[in-house]
Order: sequence, then C-alpha cells, then structure tokens
Amino acid sequence: MFWTKVKRDFKRNWTAYVFAIPVIAYYLIFCYKPMVGVVIAFKDFRPAIGIWESEWVGLQHFKDYISSFYFWRLIKNTLRISITNLIVGFPAPIIFALLVNEVRNNKFKKTIQTISYLPHFVSMVVICGLVKLFVGQGGLITQFFTLFGRPDSPMLADPNLFVPIHVLSGVWASIGWGSILYLSALSGINEELYEAAEIDGANRWKQTIHVTLPGISTTIITKLLLDAGHMLSVGYEKIILLYNEKIYETADVISSFTYRRGLLDFQWSFSTAVGLFNSVINFILIIVFNKISKKVSEVGLW
Amino acid sequence: MNRRKKLGFNGHTAFVIFNTIFMIFMIVITLYPFYYSVIASFSNPGKLMAHQGALLLPLKPYTGEAYQVIFDHPLVLSGFKNSFIVLFLGTFLNLVATSLGAYFLSLKNVLWKDVVAFMIIFTMYFGGGMIPVYLTVKQLGLTNTLWSLMIPGLIGTYNMIILRTGFQAVPDSLKEAAILDGASHMQLLTQVILPLCKANLAVIMLYYAVGHWNAWFNASIYIRDNTLFPIQYVARNFMESPDLMGGAGSEAARYQELLKYALIIVVSSPIVIIYPFLQKYFAKGVMVGALKG
Repeated sequence: MFWTKVKRDFKRNWTAYVFAIPVIAYYLIFCYKPMVGVVIAFKDFRPAIGIWESEWVGLQHFKDYISSFYFWRLIKNTLRISITNLIVGFPAPIIFALLVNEVRNNKFKKTIQTISYLPHFVSMVVICGLVKLFVGQGGLITQFFTLFGRPDSPMLADPNLFVPIHVLSGVWASIGWGSILYLSALSGINEELYEAAEIDGANRWKQTIHVTLPGISTTIITKLLLDAGHMLSVGYEKIILLYNEKIYETADVISSFTYRRGLLDFQWSFSTAVGLFNSVINFILIIVFNKISKKVSEVGLW
Repeated sequence: MNRRKKLGFNGHTAFVIFNTIFMIFMIVITLYPFYYSVIASFSNPGKLMAHQGALLLPLKPYTGEAYQVIFDHPLVLSGFKNSFIVLFLGTFLNLVATSLGAYFLSLKNVLWKDVVAFMIIFTMYFGGGMIPVYLTVKQLGLTNTLWSLMIPGLIGTYNMIILRTGFQAVPDSLKEAAILDGASHMQLLTQVILPLCKANLAVIMLYYAVGHWNAWFNASIYIRDNTLFPIQYVARNFMESPDLMGGAGSEAARYQELLKYALIIVVSSPIVIIYPFLQKYFAKGVMVGALKG
C-alpha cells in the first residue's frame, strides 16, 4: 500500500525530485554532516588520523569548559550585550517607526526611510571601521567626550565602554531597517479606530496609547520573544572586528571564544564542545520562546 | 485625514516641530559618518590629525594620494576581481539552487515534501557549529579556492522561504493549465512561475549579492593565498595595519588615517551608489518571509 503510493508519486514527480537533489545534497553536506561532525566534541580530535580514529574522551572538554575561568565570563559578557541590546536596541526601531508614521509629508517620509535603511546594506567591515576611527584616538566621538573631561584615548581600550559602543553602533546601523516590520504593522491599523477614539475625545497622545500601541503590540511581543530566544547567540563577526586583547574581559563572547580557540589556536575538540554546549542551549531557548510567542500571539516564526 | 484637525494647536505644532527636527537629526547622523569619511580621505593628513571637531569640507591642500596608494596596490585590484567573480558567479548559483528548492517546497502533492521541509527548517534552529563546518569545507578541498566563498552558503534558508511564498502565490489555475498543456516541472518553473515572480527573485538576488559583496569572514578562515582575498577582507587587513600597504616610511605613516577613510569609501561606494536605484526592492523582502507561515 505504502510502496504503491511511493511508486506512483515518484512516477509523477520524479523531475521535481531531481530538482530537489542539489538542494538536499547542500543541506546534507553543509548542515547535517557538520552535525555528525560534532562528535569531535567528545573526542581528542587529531586531523592527521581523522575523526573516527581519534580517541574518545567523553565529556572531558565540557568539564574543562564549565570549570574554566572563561565559562562564567563568557556567559556574563554574552548576556550583558544581548540584554543591553534588548533594553536599548529593541525599543529604538519601535519608537522610530512611531515617529516616522507621524510624518505627513510623503516625500519627506520616503526620504527618511530610504536613508535610514542604508547602513543595513553597508558591510560590517566598513561599519566597524567607521566605529574604530570615530572612537579611536583623535576620532570625532572621542573628541566630543573630551569636552566632558574624558582624555583623548581610544575608547575601545576601555573595557567599560565596549558594550555601549557595540550596542549603540548596532542601533545606528539597524534602527531604520528594524522599523520596517513595525511600519507595516502600523499601516494595517484600521483608520476607523482612530475616528472612534477621536469622537470619544482622545487627543493624539491618547490615541497613540489606546489605538496605535495595541495595534502593533502583537508584532512587538512576537519580535521581543524571538529576539529573547537568541539571547545567548551574540554574533562573532562584529565582536572580532571591534575587540582587542585589552578588553577581552568584557568583549569576548561565546562565539568569538569558539572562533579563537578553534581556528586560531587549533583546539578543535574543545572549541567544538564549547560551540555545541551553546548550540544546545540556544536551541532550547529558541524553541521555548517560540512556543511562548505562539501562545501569546498565535504567530510564531512558523 | 481629519484626526489632525481637532488636536490642540499648541501641542500638535510643538510635536510636528520636534518630530521634523528629530527626523533631520536622524538623516544627518546616518549620512554624516560617510560624508566625513569622504572629506577626511581628501584632506591634508597633517591638518586632519591636528583638527578638532566636525568637518564640513576637506582641509586644504586637498590630496588624492590615499586613493592613489589604494588603487596602485595589487591586492586591492585582485580583491576587486575576486569580489566581482564571487558576486556574479556566487549570486547566480544561489539563485539557481534557491529557485529549485523553493519550487520543490511550493509543490502541493509531492509525497516527501514535508520531510524535506522539516529537514531544511531544522537547520535554522540547530547547527554543527563553526569548527565542524570548517572541517567539512576543508575535507571537500574547497579551502583556498573562491568556491569556499560560494558553495558553503549556497542556499539561505530564509531567502528560500521568501521565494517559496512568492511561488505559492502564483494562482493554481495557471499551474494546472500549464500541466494540462503537458508542461514539465522544468517548463512550469522557468516559463510560468519565474516570469511571474520576478520581483521576489529580484529581492533575494539583491540579498545574496549584498551578502557576497560584504562578506569577509569566510575568506579569513578558508583562504590563505592573499591574491584570492575578496576586497572586504583586504580592506579589513589594511585597516587593522595600514603599514601593510607599504609606502615610504614616515610619509606613509602620515597617510594612514587617510588610507583608512579612503578604504571605507572605496569598499562601500558600490553599495551606496546602486542603493538609491534599487532600494524599493530591498525593503520588500522583509515582510514576505517573516511572520508568515
């Protein structure tokens, strides 16, 4: 019964399966093969003898990681960046979208939107290059802070300033692009709701509180929960471009540590263990927050 | 819209003024860093070092020396060449593979579709991590070739979802009519669906192309031969240590700041120049894929 179904399906759709071959092959080779490759986290991997011949060491690398001095530092640094980002970086595009939405001149509005999306398409190398120049010695931002008594020294050499620089430059680069989601939610609010509120005597501020915000609250909550699910996965690219040895104590996060240990120090197995530990926690966090988000809003990522 | 009429005059006017100023402020802080880089890159290096505060115009005497140093450097030229190869060939391969996958996922009565869809979506949540992927790429012999910049990111799952959503929006009646006329899957895809989904295709093409142009990290781990470096990675290395660009001793050192600003301009200008013409496509994709089943 099952096999006749399979046969009939294959007869009818075999060309579609041919289409799928390169796609499936890609996912098998570049996504699933590496998932099998994580066994090296439980081994003492030596490239010369290969994955399967390398000696099993069980959970040794995980124990080493968790008991190491780095473990809590990395978790603290990662959380510090992502929570600051949730507090500062998350509301910024919402506020921006609300304000853009109030601009009545359509040409001006379009111009603002177009310009504000631009940094999103500029490379991380350029963004971080700009950041480093502007907060470096003699840089424009560094000079600005000398007005408040800060010496003219590179701001990225000060461990206390890394998180604000990382988060605020992120806001600068993504406030416009991040606002698209909310602007489209705002455009979906029924105009009659405003008219009704007005008849009830609500002024503009009250309309914002009672009509606009509830109208986009589902989008806000969904996005917040999805972002929260990525709490422990601060990307390595920006960190690697911005940090330096002097500020590892606040700037080094889990992903940049994995990169350094694995690809610069060649501690393949240990680095894979650190990465795997993090992937598993991320996976759980994403699933949990996605579940909550589906419950709250009936809109998940899927 | 009449909701504005009734607002208290003072409160409303104050808000409009505030909002307009705020928007102008946003435009200025978004564009000024790029503008500053342009004028700094043409300024007199000694004066730039000594200058305090913001700049509106380059500091005389102007100099184009930084650009001369950059464009005379062989790694910059090979970097541009490599980036263009990856940009065109890589984006082409991305589009072919993504279209095939999106087509398969958009089909309705194919037995194994849900299994494949699950397999693909699972990878959005969990992966082997940096090292196992690196070892795979190395094992395949892709390291130290430009393929290592194209093949490992062949399909962006998110882009494939955007495209699938577009494919699904093609009316079933059209697809059925084509099938009744004896069209194969290939004909259905290339002659019916793709022509109708040009806008979606344009969106993901731009995403892939921008991704390729801006990529530097994979080159830093997969490529050793510096004549194969793409321009972003070349720029990154020179910005880290401008002395690598060579030049005559102290003379070169004076130009280091200028070089950094000029590199920023050289590397980002292709995007900044084409962006205004294509921006309507850029924003389109955001809502197509996200938050839709």
